[in-house]
Amino acid sequence: MREEFRILSTTAILGYGFPVESFEEGMKRNPHLIAVDAGSTDPGPYYLGAGVSFTDRGAVKRDLEFMIKAGVERKIPVCIGTAGGSGGEPHLAWNREIIEEIAKENNLNFKLAIIHAELSKETVINAFNAGKIKASEAAPLNLELLNETTRIVAQMGVEPFIKAYEGGADVILAGRAYDPAVFSGIAVANGYNMGLATHLGKILECAAICATPGSGSDCMFGYVGEDYFRIEPLSNARKCTTVSVAAHTLYEKSDPSILPGPGGHLDLTEAHFEQESDSIVRVSGSKYVKSKKYTLKLEGARKVGYRTVSIAGTRDPVMMEQMDNIIKGVKARVADNFKDRDTAYDLSFIIYGRDGVMGALEPLRNSPKSHEFGIVIEAIADTQELANTICATARSTMLHYGYEGRRATAGNLAFPYSPSDFKAGEVYAFSVYHLMEVDDPAEFFPIDYIEL
Amino acid sequence: MKTKITDIASVIRSKNSGPYELTFDIIFNTHRDFELVRDSGFINEKLICSLYNLTPDKIISIIAFSPAKAIKATIKRPLCSGDIGETDVYGAQQHAPLLGLEFDIH
Repeated sequence: MREEFRILSTTAILGYGFPVESFEEGMKRNPHLIAVDAGSTDPGPYYLGAGVSFTDRGAVKRDLEFMIKAGVERKIPVCIGTAGGSGGEPHLAWNREIIEEIAKENNLNFKLAIIHAELSKETVINAFNAGKIKASEAAPLNLELLNETTRIVAQMGVEPFIKAYEGGADVILAGRAYDPAVFSGIAVANGYNMGLATHLGKILECAAICATPGSGSDCMFGYVGEDYFRIEPLSNARKCTTVSVAAHTLYEKSDPSILPGPGGHLDLTEAHFEQESDSIVRVSGSKYVKSKKYTLKLEGARKVGYRTVSIAGTRDPVMMEQMDNIIKGVKARVADNFKDRDTAYDLSFIIYGRDGVMGALEPLRNSPKSHEFGIVIEAIADTQELANTICATARSTMLHYGYEGRRATAGNLAFPYSPSDFKAGEVYAFSVYHLMEVDDPAEFFPIDYIEL
Repeated sequence: MKTKITDIASVIRSKNSGPYELTFDIIFNTHRDFELVRDSGFINEKLICSLYNLTPDKIISIIAFSPAKAIKATIKRPLCSGDIGETDVYGAQQHAPLLGLEFDIH
């Protein structure tokens, strides 16, 4: 029987950090692959649309320096998925520059593969017109939305990773990728089972989050065998238990048994979780089922304007009682003030202490128990200047608004800061989150090779 | 005597499942409690609708997952993560109404 394929996952998201001791424990186990997931859609649409990383440059460089030095010195492939948090072209360029710096500063020579994942608008529009992309009730899609979209990426499966690996890359920097593929691709290239490798990848992409106590900033180690895989934490402070690993399978997914990905789905209905030792869990029965048509998930964001916010609070029970009327009155006053000008804008108020966290889902909205409310006044408009104007007018109107029953006539708002208003810059919204049918799983993910 | 969910569940959480969905996990301490609650049918569409001011068409699924001793409910988000007017980009603070649940099971 051939040996297990060994994978070191360094941290939940590149830049979240890991203890050196855990990393060294991982290196002692002679991994065949050092890999990390660098992205997520969780931080929202801004980062994808604006082409900005949600992780910090210095923190990413720190993590990568350990990984690349160890990998290049010991000839172990290093794999990074969803570069720069969102995996578009500017994100790849940002991360590439960091890798080039590391190579130069440490006198390292290696072959870097860059796998692109950003699709041109034209490509996506052609696919949409050919019926290869389906709109859904939750996420409508039409040509107008596509035309307004700033950036679209596609989640790559294992195929581009396998191609880059077989192309002799020492370090693979990939754009947007299906998280497990970053870990499973090279195992699959070496002939290991797709279902087991994908399920292990699904766990490793969050590193030590699947252990107890969980952590987003510690390493995790995986072993793929012929008909099982094993998962082991690298810090003595953590253990993997059948429940902690199984519970992680639920995380951020709507159905824990059927997990769709590029080209098929992971079927865990017969997955079996077994406690191998105090801290190691052994899993078997995970299956990968190919779909008839290979689909890629697209993610796109469009710019909707510029935002300005003002933060304030109130401790006045009469005002709190009157909040709905006050907001209505302020909105009407602002609208009236600019009615003669061409001013499309969006003005909203978040009321913390009432329904600021849960919005429409809040069951206690009409019976809050708070003695004070936090207020965020938010204006969004086509220009930063107009957003500033709308926010300032709403803020000053609310400050002196004469509501029913008012006793405190000196001012309605407590501002923690001077200045009270903050320019929050560009605002983006998700506009594409759809499946696209493709004939070739690697077609949209071209690879560049660079000798450093 | 009613049983409080906080006495029998070690994890009660919410999180995005992609930007358009919100998913709730209740992970029980013991298989016995998990099975009792699962078999009682207490955590159903009607309960989730009443806790979150939802109509039944907003419920995507309610699933029991035995390996994790967990019950999972997934709903459509009222607003897509990051949209104008949306208040919880990660969806990680929508679990509180579940913390007050009490059961008539023994």
